[in-house]
This record gives sequence, structure tokens and C-alpha cells, in this order.
Amino acid sequence: MRTSDGWPARLHVVTGKGGTGKTTVAAALALALAEGGRRSLLVEVEGRQGIAPLFDTGPLPYQELAVATRPGGGEVRALAVDPEEALLEYLDMFYKLGMAGKALKKFGAIDFATTIAPGMRDVLVTGKVKEATTRTENGRRVYDAVILDAPPTGRIGRFLNVTAETARLAKMGPIKTQSEGVAAFLRSPMTAVHVVTLLEEMPVQETADAIDELSALRISVGKVIVNAGQPALLPTGKVSQGELRRGLVAAGLPADRDTVAGLHAEASAYLTRRTVEEGLRAELVALDQPMVELPYLPGGVDLAGLDLLAAALNPPDHPDTLG
Amino acid sequence: MMPPHLDVDAILADPGVRIVVCCGSGGVGKTTTAAALGLRAAEQHGRRTVVLTIDPARRLAQSLGLSELDNTPRQVKLDGAGSAAMAGRAGAGELHAMMLDMKRTFDEVVLTHTDPRRAEEIFANPFYQAMSSTFSGTQEYMAMEKLGQLHARNEWDLIVVDTPPSRSALDFLDAPARLARFLDGRMLRVFLAPARAGGRSMFNLVTASFGMFSRVLTKVIGGQLLSDLSGFVAALDSMFGGFRARSEQTYRILQAPETAFLVVAVPEPDAIREAGYFAGRLAQERMPLHGLILNRVHAVAASALSEAESLAGAEALDRSGDQTAADALRVHAALARQVAREAAVAAGFTEEHPGVPVAPVPAQPADVHDIEGLREIGATLTN
Repeated sequence: MRTSDGWPARLHVVTGKGGTGKTTVAAALALALAEGGRRSLLVEVEGRQGIAPLFDTGPLPYQELAVATRPGGGEVRALAVDPEEALLEYLDMFYKLGMAGKALKKFGAIDFATTIAPGMRDVLVTGKVKEATTRTENGRRVYDAVILDAPPTGRIGRFLNVTAETARLAKMGPIKTQSEGVAAFLRSPMTAVHVVTLLEEMPVQETADAIDELSALRISVGKVIVNAGQPALLPTGKVSQGELRRGLVAAGLPADRDTVAGLHAEASAYLTRRTVEEGLRAELVALDQPMVELPYLPGGVDLAGLDLLAAALNPPDHPDTLG
Repeated sequence: MMPPHLDVDAILADPGVRIVVCCGSGGVGKTTTAAALGLRAAEQHGRRTVVLTIDPARRLAQSLGLSELDNTPRQVKLDGAGSAAMAGRAGAGELHAMMLDMKRTFDEVVLTHTDPRRAEEIFANPFYQAMSSTFSGTQEYMAMEKLGQLHARNEWDLIVVDTPPSRSALDFLDAPARLARFLDGRMLRVFLAPARAGGRSMFNLVTASFGMFSRVLTKVIGGQLLSDLSGFVAALDSMFGGFRARSEQTYRILQAPETAFLVVAVPEPDAIREAGYFAGRLAQERMPLHGLILNRVHAVAASALSEAESLAGAEALDRSGDQTAADALRVHAALARQVAREAAVAAGFTEEHPGVPVAPVPAQPADVHDIEGLREIGATLTN
């Protein structure tokens, strides 16, 4: 079995408040964990098709397709889980239903299970993720790592706990067995939940809340991933219009009043932001979880940007040993 | 191509507009926007306004006087500072705010549509307990239910709704139709069959496909779970009619001219993609989309300096040891790059939906969590 030193779990659930870039971070982690000839699977579960544009591909089907390769034979595959397909597949796999699946559809049962019955969708999706993570072929695991672009922090507890809840409701029978299996898997050392945050007030608050909630559910929290960190500039924390004017003149740039004042306003806003960020960083440190920081990419995230984030998640100067 | 400008004040002032729905993906500032719109409607347009929030940030909730989830609108104390423009005009507005309590709303629905004895039975059912508090998806139904309730009370000039941070921003729109489809469906009859047949099993039912369906269902779900579930659905049966009528009515209200949808986004690809999806879907459902509120738009202040010359200048200053000016130029270069990217991302939306008006809101260096901050946002929104 090959696992990763810095990222010991096999299923990496990536959550975070909406807008923190959890899909981007999940994609970068999938690249990082495909280094050294390994194979990772990046899974999307909310029907948002957020992965495809990151890898410049068309909409992902309900199939595990290669979206990126790494030097040394590594490969990232991606899968968009569709609850309806997952249900039919599940029925077919466990009950050999064939035509009966169509009868279920006709009676609105598929509709019921995937949209009406709140929570059923999450049961199906987490079940599919467990299946992919534990799947073997010729005695070895198909994936070295599975990375789940999970629902946001506000729903992550409910999402991951839904199988435990279902197992409680179904006192016996196949649903209970299946749900208990998934619930136990999500609480095993095979699974870790990583929380992506920005150095902004609400994402940091939700990070703390999610860690509390997950701990109470006995689901293990992996890392806090601070996304889009600003570079540490202006270390003295002070800037005057006079020094800016002298600098602009020395650099041969326009040094008119508006430009100096504008540059000063921008630098001041940056410093205000940085002071807020430092306070928030201290709050995150106090959570006492391993923390990784990813740089802000002002030009947006393209494939080169993803590589950069992947390298920051799994620094090449400390390469994972294949164990 | 420049989009038309969204006149937010015209919407807030229009007595024909009774509901403003703020929708968009998570993390774009929907709740803050909804609160700022509500405040402005009350202070500047003299409207008796209620803001229905789903899951506000703690400090924002506190600033609105919402210290706990209590599921009823509370009046927000306003210091009058923002109402200066109202001086001399009659009928100052009021701002009320509430936070949605999903479980309590569900309980209220049950109590409204069924007798107390039945209600007790439903409250005790483990399925009901799980569904009303644990499972995701219920929030969307309940947000729409609460909107229907507030509208039916007819106490407010304007209801501003913040929508749940759904997996898809559209879940709340789909909730009523889904419910109706389910209530019309044969699935429901299957669950009801054993209860209605006085405990006899559903397998006495005749048609071949129905029989096959029942067998499949028992095999997959298990007999015990199926009979529990059937009991739950039967207990709820008496209230379905009312619940359904209400959700269909809410859906029609959303289509009416008294409703204004505002899509909220930030100039980032994910949020803009969701906003575009939403705009398309609202058009399809014939729901009145009034415009896009684009939060957190950055701008450069030193517009004479390009990104490239700033970076070159920073390198030159590094060599001469002028760290501060070099860093300030780097801050500017990164900002200029971000501004260019944001403009390109926002242009993508306008290309796709050229007729949709846009109101940009400048990015603030620090978070907003007091009435004064909301007031400022309201002012920049309508600038």
C-alpha cells in the first residue's frame, strides 16, 4: 500500500466555505497526490461541473476519465457523481435488477430517492465515493488517493453524517448494512477532511465551526488549507507619500500627485487587509491543526497555476516516499 | 460591451415590488447584500421591510439584533442617522429581520395543516425528526414556506429574501415543483397503500408492474424500514394538500411582477458561472430577473501605472535598496492584474446575458458587520 507522508489518508474530503476555492484546492491536491507514478481520482458531487473548466475539458460524465498526467506515469482521473446514475448502478451491482430499474423510474422512485427524500442523495454519493476508494483490481487498489470536492462547510457535517443517520433509521436490512459500512469508512483513518479557508472573517469562523462539528461526529480532520494568501510585502507596515514619490522618480515612472496618492491608497488598503489577515491567521493557528498556505494567483487559476498550488501542497523538496 | 446599469433604488422604491429575492452561489455576500437592501428600503424609501436571512454571519446577525434563531421577525433598532434624507417626508420605514429556523418552520407547517393528536404522532416519528433537522434539502423547502407565510400575513411593504447556500443556487426554485411531482406520483400511493389497506400489505395490489415495483422496493429498502416509512407518509398524508397548495402558490408569487430577482455574484469564474446558469434558468421559468449585483469588485487608484512597468520599476528599486516603493509597486501590479482578470470574468456574463443590468459594488478592505457598514454598501449599490 502506498500512502503519502504529509497526506496520510486515502480519501481526502475537501470542504470550505463557498467562494474559498475548495474545488481549485481539491484539483491541486489530486495533482499533488498523483506525483511519483501514482493514480488519484478527483470526485465532484454537486453537479456544478466545477472541475472540467480547471482542466480545460468538456463537462464530465458519470465516468472516471483521465484529465491530467504527471511526469513518471502519474495520472489524475475525474468523476462527476450523478445521484440518479449512482442509484441505478447501486441497484444493479447489489441486486442485479436490470429491467426493474426502469420500473422504479416509472413509479417516480428514482425521483423520490434522489430529489424528494432529502438526504438520500448524500447517501448514494458517499456510497459511491467509498466504492471508488476501496475498489481493487487484480489484488491492488485502483486509486492511491481519492479527493472529494465536498459540499461547503455549512453542510459538511450533515453530508458526512447522513449514512450514520440512515443506519439509525433503518433498524435492519440492506440499507442499514450499506449505510453502516459507509459511516464506519468515513470515521476510519482512511478518511480525512481538509478545510479550505481564506484569511477572511466568515470563512475562518466557518472553519472553526466545521472542525468542532466534525470532531463531535468523530470524523477526523486533516489540514486547514489557507488559500489565496497575499505575499508579505511592506514589512515595516508603514508607507509615506514622500518615499513613494522618490521611488517613482528613481524608477523613471510617472510621479504626479494623483499617481502618488493612488499608490499610497492602494498600499494603505493592502496594509489594512494584512492586519486583518494576521489576526485571522492567529485564530487559525489556535485551532491547532496542521496548516498549509497557498499563494494568491492574481491572474486566476490556469493549468500552470494548478501545478504551482500542487507543488505548494506537496513540496517537491520533501517528496513523498513510496512506502 | 457594457451592460446596462442596474437601478437598485428604483426597485426598492417601487410600491409594486413586494418581494426581492437575492440568489447566487455561496460566499458571494448574499446575506450582507440582502440586509443592505432591506436597510436602504426602510431608511431611504420609507418602506416597512422585513429581511429573511438563512444563515447569517454571527456578527452581522448581532448587528441586526438577531442574537438567536427565533423564527419570527424582530424590529431592528435604527439610530435614525441614515434617515436624514427622509426628513420632511411622511411615513418613515421600518426594518425587521429574522433568521430561518428550519425545524421550527417545519413544525409550524405540521401544526397548521393537521390536528394536534396527529401532529404529536408526526413529531415523534424518527423519520420526521431526521428530515426536519438533519437532512440537507429541507432548508430549501422551508425557506419557500417561510416566504409564503410572510407574504400571506400581508404586514410588510417589502420582503427581502436571502436564499439558502444550496448545492445549486436553484434548489429552492425546484422545491415546490418537486414536491408537487412527488405528491402526484405513484410513489406516494405505494407508501400509503399498507396504511390505507388497514395493515394489509401492499402486495395485494394487482398490476404486474406494480407488483414488480413493490418487490424491488421491499428487496432494496427492507420490510421493516418500508413499513416505518409508510407509517410516516401516512401520518403526513392529511397535511399534504395544504402543503402542496401553499408551495404552488409561492411558486406563482415568484413568477409575478411583484417579485424582483437579483442575482448576486463576485467577479470570480465559479460565481459568474453559477450566476449565468441562474439567469438562464430564471428566464426559462418566466421569473422576473432584474439584474446582477457584482460584489467585491476591485479597482486601481494609481491608474497611470501599468502592471508591466510597475513590476519593472519594482525590480529596479530592489537593486537600489528602496524596499518600500518597490513593494508598493508590487501591490499595485498584483491589483492591476486582478482588476483586468475581474473585468474579463464579468464580461463573460454580459456576453452571455447582454440585457441583464449590472450594479458593481467596490471591494472593502475589511468585513462589514454593523448598520453603518450596511448603510455604506446600500449607498455604493445605488451609486
